[in-house]
Amino acid sequence: MPSRTGSHSPAGFGKSLPERGLLLLMVLVFLEGSVLPLGAASSPDTSHQTNLGDHQGTHTGPNSTKKPFPVLAVEYDRVQIPFEISLWVLLASLMKLGFHLIPRLSSIVPESCLLIVVGLLVGGLIKLAGEEVPPVLDSRLFFLCLLPPIILDAGYFLPIRPFMENLGTILMFAVVGTLWNAFFIGGVLYGVAQIQPANPSDLHQLELLPCLLFGSIISAVDPVAVLAVFEEIHINELLHILVFGESLLNDAVTVVLYHLFEEYAGVGTVTLLDGVLGVISFFVVALGGVLVGAIYGILAAFTSRFTSHTRVIEPLFVFVYSYMAYLSAEIFHLSGIMALIACGAVMRPYVEANISHKSHTTIKYFLKMWSSVSETLIFIFLGVATVDGPHAWNWTFVTVTVILCLVARVIGVVGLTYVINKFRIVKLTTKDQFIIAYGGLRGAIAFSLGFLLNQDHFPMRKMFLTAIITVIFFTVFVQGMTIKPLVELLAVKKKQEAKRSINEEIHTQFLDHLLTGIEDICGHYGHHHWKDKLNRFNKKYVKKCLIAGERSKEPQLIAFYHKMEMKQAIELVESGGGVKLPSAMPSTVSMQNIQPKKPPPAKPVERVLPQLPKGREEEIRKILRSNLQRTRQRLRSYNRHTLVADPYEDGFSDLLIKKQRMVELEKKMSNYLTVPAAPPDSPTMCRARLASDPQAYSMKPVSDSVPTIQVDLASPQSPDSVNLLDEFRHAGQQQPEVEDQGLMMKPPSGPSGPNKPREADEARDQQKLMRCLSDPGPSADEDEDEPEKIKKKKSH
Amino acid sequence: MRTNYRWISDVSSCCCLCFFSVSPEQIKNLHKRFQQLSDNEETISRENLEKIPALANNPIRKQIIDAFFDKRNQHQNEVGAFQEIGFEQFLMVMSHFRPPTLKTTEEEREAMRKEKLRFLFNMHDTDNDGTITLEEYRKVVEELLSKSGAIGLEAAKAIADAAMLEVASTNVPHMAPDDFYEGITFEHFEQILKGLEMESRMHIRFLDVDTMTMRCGKSKS
Repeated sequence: MPSRTGSHSPAGFGKSLPERGLLLLMVLVFLEGSVLPLGAASSPDTSHQTNLGDHQGTHTGPNSTKKPFPVLAVEYDRVQIPFEISLWVLLASLMKLGFHLIPRLSSIVPESCLLIVVGLLVGGLIKLAGEEVPPVLDSRLFFLCLLPPIILDAGYFLPIRPFMENLGTILMFAVVGTLWNAFFIGGVLYGVAQIQPANPSDLHQLELLPCLLFGSIISAVDPVAVLAVFEEIHINELLHILVFGESLLNDAVTVVLYHLFEEYAGVGTVTLLDGVLGVISFFVVALGGVLVGAIYGILAAFTSRFTSHTRVIEPLFVFVYSYMAYLSAEIFHLSGIMALIACGAVMRPYVEANISHKSHTTIKYFLKMWSSVSETLIFIFLGVATVDGPHAWNWTFVTVTVILCLVARVIGVVGLTYVINKFRIVKLTTKDQFIIAYGGLRGAIAFSLGFLLNQDHFPMRKMFLTAIITVIFFTVFVQGMTIKPLVELLAVKKKQEAKRSINEEIHTQFLDHLLTGIEDICGHYGHHHWKDKLNRFNKKYVKKCLIAGERSKEPQLIAFYHKMEMKQAIELVESGGGVKLPSAMPSTVSMQNIQPKKPPPAKPVERVLPQLPKGREEEIRKILRSNLQRTRQRLRSYNRHTLVADPYEDGFSDLLIKKQRMVELEKKMSNYLTVPAAPPDSPTMCRARLASDPQAYSMKPVSDSVPTIQVDLASPQSPDSVNLLDEFRHAGQQQPEVEDQGLMMKPPSGPSGPNKPREADEARDQQKLMRCLSDPGPSADEDEDEPEKIKKKKSH
Repeated sequence: MRTNYRWISDVSSCCCLCFFSVSPEQIKNLHKRFQQLSDNEETISRENLEKIPALANNPIRKQIIDAFFDKRNQHQNEVGAFQEIGFEQFLMVMSHFRPPTLKTTEEEREAMRKEKLRFLFNMHDTDNDGTITLEEYRKVVEELLSKSGAIGLEAAKAIADAAMLEVASTNVPHMAPDDFYEGITFEHFEQILKGLEMESRMHIRFLDVDTMTMRCGKSKS
């Protein structure tokens, strides 16, 4: 029986992780709620400078008494703003952390809902403390700081192919759909507002133009909300790109309608001329935004061509150019979102060909990090702003708005799909239409636009804001929570998780060329023909300008192949070297099985090893030593502005030259060199292999037999693995570096280039490059720098 | 003119025997094109197709032209190659590129997918032995990269090897070191490309926008 008094039994304190997480959340919410009012109460920030000046004045005045020197002083005003910002960001991040610690909750309720609730709590706390809620969803903050990272993330990683294939459909939904929604909602609301002559309510004040303005604000599908919800339901690519693309491209329509109605709401009428101007304005806004984005994208691509010596700031160019594109578009009231998307999409293929692998990773993670924090903050702020108000609740208005939003969306989607399906090859089924209609979520953009409204011009502003918030809450909570079970219920096709395989890539390209060829034979200039023309133009002129060095000529298939190999190499090293890749290919097939009929590969058995002629041995040793030297030299030069040299970037042509040299070397050596099979490794071996090139060697105390090696083709892999070597080196491991530079040791299994065969070979036969390396040879001093391990293992 | 239309209706009606769903409008357009290519003769030969200027930039031009003259694509269970083909055979090859409609049932989609994959398979399997060997696959990749110079040729071999290895690994996961994988059979080919949804991707929009086609069997008789 556990004792009641005294120390609790371990079971009492051993709360499960989710519960701890919940506790943490509560603590944080309270903290946030209490600190902010404290900050707000300390002193008004506007005049604290002058106050300080005054204080100083009084302090130095002759009649002030001398106070003891303050050992510990509190001066919060100076750091108030950055402090509060950091506190908000910290809260957002901790919330995100907390939710994922509670698995059950995050699978039922989408994150966005939880975050809004947290925002409500914090806002409530602040209000309870009697303080003024900071205007967190201030439009400037929102549009200039919170929105761009999310859009840039979306634009940079936009899957271009499905987007372009469905561009027509997306544009139809974005433009025509949004227009329909705006006018329908605005018109019907105006009608409803007028039909209550019996009890004169506020609604009668509502004129047509403000209604239309409200309609245009509320009708736009919000990319932030769509991203947040759709990311969790893993729907198939087509539907995802349709809804998401629509949410991005309807920004142009929203901007135009908003400005149009806002401009003329004061005047009271919109003439036909204004309408025509509005249409023209739409094209200017949309195409202008895309143009601005494209220009900045090309600039960024061009800049990245020259960054080979300053790799550290490469990601900065991507971010700054994109942000500039957004701001430049905003200067002219063009569509900033479309500018960002265009910038990201245009610059990506060229920038990725130019920048280092590390920069690529940096860009990816920074974008994901910023967009994630931004999204979290937006939802929390939505909650806080809801508590803040100001609210003017009007039952009729709000309920009619909510109902109208749904009805308009459904009618719009069904009607448009009927028209679109006439032009589409892959038709949209009823299920698809339902998901598209149901996925039309509204979000913070609508709220911010409403917030921007001028109270004098729009006396009904508060009512609008209340209605907007209600619609947002409804879509995010009700639709957001129920879409996942509905997707399951309707058995909508989910995203295929399969990795892109080299076969699919080959056949995608093959199919492109085939279809272009058939179109040419038909004499029909379809979109394959134009796509092919664009590709050729791109290859011939654009790539030469924007991509540095040899990579400009690299065909897409080869680029894909190398990317794939790199990924596999990284996986291989991360999984501990010799262990076979658990995920992709649990098979024992190797190149051996594929090669056409050849003489049976020599079984790795003990056999009498022929003596190497002295000259050959010397040659081998020289090569190996020189490779090692190069590594060490690279290691020594390190300062903050140059990363450890990345051999992969030293030039593609170098790689090819090395490969050619290896081929020749192999030919020379394969005649009389073989290696016996290795017994399994000791733990120290495994550790060593982690840091070094996995295919290179393993350390084994061996007999005195003459070191024999069979050199095989350098896989394009090995320089990349040295890349990882560098990283491991940074981790402070004192592992011997065997700079492999393409010199690979394999059991005699025929020439094989690619990576995959190595996996199988790993498990079976290990090589002993080490033996050759540790062989002191005539000049033993060179081996002194080698870490001790090799020497130790060499013990005979 | 009259003879043309009669001929077209003859062609359409015999095409009904095969699984065809191209509208008369499309057949007319294709026939016009055929006349153009063949200089108003009854048949076209390889030279006629090779003369098309737009095809010059296509890396797999030769394979495409060969596919038109390949007897296997005529669904007649013959093998070999024609020297010249008539409009009927031309249409037959074109029919591989028709898109599915809303009315296409699930089995019809499967059949369509198989047919299109078979077409691709025939393009790769040049020696008619029913498998794509490593050499043939290498040739395919080389042709694809043929416009890219020296880099292309070197990498082609490695890529083809990797691709072949992938096919073998996914289809026959456990092979002893001494086993030998002869080549990609049609089943394996289907398996590795099932993610691509051929029936939706491998199609051409024929010269009109109206994709609501009629099945020949119902319209003509």
